[in-house]
Amino acid sequence: MCLAIPAKIESLEGEKATIDLAGARATAMTSLTPQAKIGDWVLVHAGYAITILNEKDARETFAIFREMEGLTK
Amino acid sequence: MNHLAEIRKDIDSYWKRLSSGGKSVVQLMEICGTHTVAISRGGLRSLLPEGLRLVSGPGCPVCVTEQSYMDAAVHLSGISDVIIATYGDMVRVPGSSGSLEQARCDGANVEIVYAAHNAVELARNRPDKQVVFLAIGFETTAPATALAIRQARDEGVTNFSALTAHKLVTPAMRVLLSQTDVRIDGFLCPGHVSVITGWREYKPIAEQFDKPCVVAGFDDEQILAGISEILRQLADDAPSACSVYPAVSADGNPQAKQVIKETFDVTDARWRALGVIPSSGLVLKGEFTNFDTARRFDLPEFETVEPPGCRCGDVICGRCLPTDCPMFGGQCTPREPVGPCMVSSEGSCAAYYKYGTKR
Amino acid sequence: MNQSKKILLAHGGGGQLTAELIAEVILPAIGGQDASSLNDAATVAVGGGQVVFTTDSYVVQPLEFPGGDIGKLSVCGTINDLAVSGAKPVALSMALILEEGLEVSLLCRILTSAGQAAKDAGVTIVTGDTKVVERGKGQPGITINTAGVGVPLAGANLGFERVEEGDAVLLSGPLGQHGLAVMARRGGLGVAAARKGHYVSLQSDCAAIHGLTSAMIETLGSKVKWMRDPTRGGLAATLAELSAATGRNIEIRETDIPLDPTAHAVAEMLGLDLLNVANEGKLVAVIASDAAEKAVEILADHEIARSSAVIGTVGQSDDVPLVEMLTHAGGRRIVQTPYGQDLPRIC
Repeated sequence: MCLAIPAKIESLEGEKATIDLAGARATAMTSLTPQAKIGDWVLVHAGYAITILNEKDARETFAIFREMEGLTK
Repeated sequence: MNHLAEIRKDIDSYWKRLSSGGKSVVQLMEICGTHTVAISRGGLRSLLPEGLRLVSGPGCPVCVTEQSYMDAAVHLSGISDVIIATYGDMVRVPGSSGSLEQARCDGANVEIVYAAHNAVELARNRPDKQVVFLAIGFETTAPATALAIRQARDEGVTNFSALTAHKLVTPAMRVLLSQTDVRIDGFLCPGHVSVITGWREYKPIAEQFDKPCVVAGFDDEQILAGISEILRQLADDAPSACSVYPAVSADGNPQAKQVIKETFDVTDARWRALGVIPSSGLVLKGEFTNFDTARRFDLPEFETVEPPGCRCGDVICGRCLPTDCPMFGGQCTPREPVGPCMVSSEGSCAAYYKYGTKR
Repeated sequence: MNQSKKILLAHGGGGQLTAELIAEVILPAIGGQDASSLNDAATVAVGGGQVVFTTDSYVVQPLEFPGGDIGKLSVCGTINDLAVSGAKPVALSMALILEEGLEVSLLCRILTSAGQAAKDAGVTIVTGDTKVVERGKGQPGITINTAGVGVPLAGANLGFERVEEGDAVLLSGPLGQHGLAVMARRGGLGVAAARKGHYVSLQSDCAAIHGLTSAMIETLGSKVKWMRDPTRGGLAATLAELSAATGRNIEIRETDIPLDPTAHAVAEMLGLDLLNVANEGKLVAVIASDAAEKAVEILADHEIARSSAVIGTVGQSDDVPLVEMLTHAGGRRIVQTPYGQDLPRIC
């Protein structure tokens, strides 16, 4: 019912975050995750970060997270 | 992928315990359409023991949205100063007089947006137009609609409104469990709805109906881990609510729950195939009336006519598999869909059709 | 197809609807051959020799996108249709339909890029045409049609009928880069930062692939049995066509398909299946199994095909031939021609 993917917050302008998608940039609103800060991994659904992810959990849970990391390292 | 192999081994051993206890058929429902797609896309059914059946539930927003809603959207798209802003999901869904895609070739303005706030931006950039945002979806998507409406109000974007049909998941689960002709031994609960609601939301259901309710994510391993946990609970005869998806907490996202609460009232809602379910939908609170499309426009009453012979209703209740429907793959294909489950890219029928496995 | 129906955007998506439009409307109306014998290019006898002939129109929006533009695309796309038909591209025509109000500087950039692409490919643009349409009456900005002629390469022997059980299916690189780069650049989908200039790595794969096809044919000759560039409808449409036309099952392995993590992440975000997304610089080839390894070596020598891989195998004939994919999880599923162009979705 709802697609969401993990992404890393690269910069923040108020509630508007620029997120990194394995090299492509996209925007996401952090209105629902006000604690989110630069460098955090968030789960993005339809343009909104819906939760902040624990990096270790995310690595174990999302194949795409591991793929993204493989690229950025 | 050692982890995957381990999970499969667990599934097999729980299955052995269940079968030696006399259970040869177990039917689980994946409520969420994204799970349905992921299961089909990963070919996961072919990895499960025979006798373990997965049926799809009412968790595809397109599939449970009433045809009358689509008719209203197509009607609005025919008004010359209206721009329909919609998630791509809704573009090909047929109403009784065609889809938005067909309306577009008759000159309707239909814009695909990825986020609700893009629809507000569209309205700001086109002050000469009325932008109608098709606000569908479950708890995951409702907060975005709420925020968009608040943004429009705060920024004075008065030419923006939302045609809302947001729905809540647990009331539908209760209805399904109360139906005597539907067999559900456990629920694979939606991952991203639960990010908002928290897994504790399912605890009353697990306790009242004695059914495992396990939240899982959408990777293959996650789905299989969720199924494994359900089987374990069944084998141990210890049904409960829990999550194998680390993104989900017990209580969910407080900000999201708050903004839903402050923007919407809970109301009875009509679901395609399930009928009216008490307290299962969201309607804008009085203070946001100005942003409610249904109140801004004088909409005619649209009747809901289910296509004759279509078994979508039975499919989303878990009464049958898409392939059990006599129209499946013949009269009803993604090219010429009869029912919504074949239209929506995450509809069960479309998923079965698109990602079928050879028998 | 009902005559009272109207053309939908999906009719141009390269999926089932496109095939239906060609078979049920276009061919009967012009009194042409049957659809099963249509290829991306035709071989025509001319003055005792043979030429390979093709045409294609380009309507991409936006006109410029990361990794290319409509000019480069209009040259590479037509070259590629010749290339996968086993021809050496020789000359192109270029017809422009310009919209009133188009900036001349933009036109210059597009044509310079087209000229450069032709030069890089060793092909000449030898004739053309220009029309201007009223603002708002045509495709915004510019539409380009190119036609191309080429000569058959010595040793080329390609065709559906040559495909046999056990043959290897090769893919020259990761999927989806063109379709996603264009979609992202179009904006409004959350993948917006490209507009701000700090766009990083999602680039269209737009490139001429005749270097790949000629190198393979030169070295492997008739061991190269069939080739296609998986454009609209993506790899899924290409393989479904191969399976339908040969009457054979095809099995591909998800783990062996080259992957661009950026394209994958963007596709996942927008709910798109990489197998269905358009490519503009990739090659799918069917090669005799004993030459598959060598073919991968030859391809990987080229910058645009470094991650080439054998992704699958041609199977037996079947009454209902299907493309099946062995998934990451070890499951199996059928791969089908997409209905039309997939739309971004949230669910």
